[in-house]
Amino acid sequence: MTVAPGASLKRIAANWVGVIPFLAFAAIFLLLPTVNIVIGAFRGPDGGFTLDTLAKLFEPRLATSFWLSIRVSLFSAALGALLGFLIAASVIHGGLPAWVRAPLVTFSGVAANFAGVPLAFAFIATLGRLGLVTVLLRDWFGVNIYAMGFNLISFWGLIFVYLYFQVSLMILIITPALEGLKREWREAAESLGASGLQYWWMVALPVLLPSLLGTFALLFANSFGAIATAQALTGSSQSLITVQLFAQIRGDVLQDPNLGYAIAFGMIVITAVANAIYIILRTRAEKWQK
Amino acid sequence: MTDRPDTLEPELVSPAPTVPAPTAVAPRRRRVGPALSWVFFGLGMVYFALPLIGMFEFSLRKRRGTYSFDAYTSVLSDPQFQATFSYSVVMSLVTIVLGMALVLPAALWVRIRLPAMRPVVEFITLLPLVIPVIVIAFGYLRMFNTSSFLPMTGTATGTNILLAFGYATLALPYMYRAIDNGLRTLDVQTLTEAAQILGAGWFTILFRIMLPNVFTAILSGAFLTFSIVLGEYVFAALLDRPAFGPYMIWTGGNRAYEPAALAVIAFSITWGCMGLIQLAGRLFPHTRASR
Repeated sequence: MTVAPGASLKRIAANWVGVIPFLAFAAIFLLLPTVNIVIGAFRGPDGGFTLDTLAKLFEPRLATSFWLSIRVSLFSAALGALLGFLIAASVIHGGLPAWVRAPLVTFSGVAANFAGVPLAFAFIATLGRLGLVTVLLRDWFGVNIYAMGFNLISFWGLIFVYLYFQVSLMILIITPALEGLKREWREAAESLGASGLQYWWMVALPVLLPSLLGTFALLFANSFGAIATAQALTGSSQSLITVQLFAQIRGDVLQDPNLGYAIAFGMIVITAVANAIYIILRTRAEKWQK
Repeated sequence: MTDRPDTLEPELVSPAPTVPAPTAVAPRRRRVGPALSWVFFGLGMVYFALPLIGMFEFSLRKRRGTYSFDAYTSVLSDPQFQATFSYSVVMSLVTIVLGMALVLPAALWVRIRLPAMRPVVEFITLLPLVIPVIVIAFGYLRMFNTSSFLPMTGTATGTNILLAFGYATLALPYMYRAIDNGLRTLDVQTLTEAAQILGAGWFTILFRIMLPNVFTAILSGAFLTFSIVLGEYVFAALLDRPAFGPYMIWTGGNRAYEPAALAVIAFSITWGCMGLIQLAGRLFPHTRASR
């Protein structure tokens, strides 16, 4: 419904009235606070423009935290995407009975939202020093995983926990895409002599690539911004950048209020870069589909 | 594939209602090797099930030597639990009402009257997934503190309202997706035109035609928001509000078995919300009818 050239003011108002509250809310409570942070990152203690605060991000303590967060997010997103894909593909195209599918998707919806503090508790109760699996392995099989170097409160331990919501989110998002693969494509590929692997690599994968890339970017951001799980699981022993920023906001431990802005700005830049890469790759991946 | 939204973009996070698997989907033909499929599926199930079993078993261990529900009794009778839990429940309800009041008209308007703004609105609803929550919360603390132009954190009521606003931003992606998916299955344009021909005004169109038709979508968005807000930690902790999320963290540091009981409770609530979403889809199936 387009507005005619001579549309009255009333008409224009009627066109916008439903969207205005939403836009105003988003401007004040989403965009402005973020912009405020970005500007603050370029200000010195005296209020003037400076790059000094941002330069502090490259000091070892903060740089290590950033790098740790990036690695945790990359690994958990990559593993989450891979494992979620394998499970979803097994269920949908792997010859498993059809009734498995609906419960799996529902469960993934629950598990993807089962993050934060309770998730950390669940893993501590399972794989912590007194957790169910730890104790059973010790008592039944004489395997002491903690003596073997396993530790839930570690880099890989954290990733192992994150995979819970990462894998389920992947299953949730990729299932519709997998269901969209047409049987004819497979039959066509096979009648041309393609093996199963060739079909997946040369037909299914290019079709799914945009969805896969998008989900990966989402999983990355999902893990990069996470804090409650890490906080409940590790206290502050794994100093993710979110945990550092949290401490900084809570108690100004870094003795420099502007540093908080800089850290937050750094986080925005990283998620923005991740999404920019995704958009570029996606445009490329979709090019042939048009 | 008729009853499923045709293009599900990858950004869609909405774990919201899954349309029951279309019966038209072709029967599987065994290719990947069912054995391998079962292995992947089985490993996945073990990984997903063990933490749930672990936390449940752990929550029963409070009394020495025997299983009991002591941890639950202890949690449920804790006045702190009751206070923080009811606080978070109220906050979720406020968030749902607020979020719906913002998102529903916007989603409808960009479909009916302002399609040009659709990309903008969609982009905004995706931002909360990209900007880390802690950054938004930090921005709130700096923008709405006592020395700012809108000193909301000065009073408890002001901070409560600010928290609800924060939660509404977190819920934006999920609410918008849910409602937009609901609208997608309707032919909004035709319905609007038909109503107009019959003499309906905009009020009638909005409340008597669109609203009942997206009722299921609204419900699923609401339940999802409820489960997200209930356990939220960062916003509540930074704004220093007595919510359920910070209480759980506190318990984790100070109790042994109660955290597992809390985790079981939180999981049951999430599961309950997802169950209600499914139920809503089944009870009001007409809203999912294909055009």
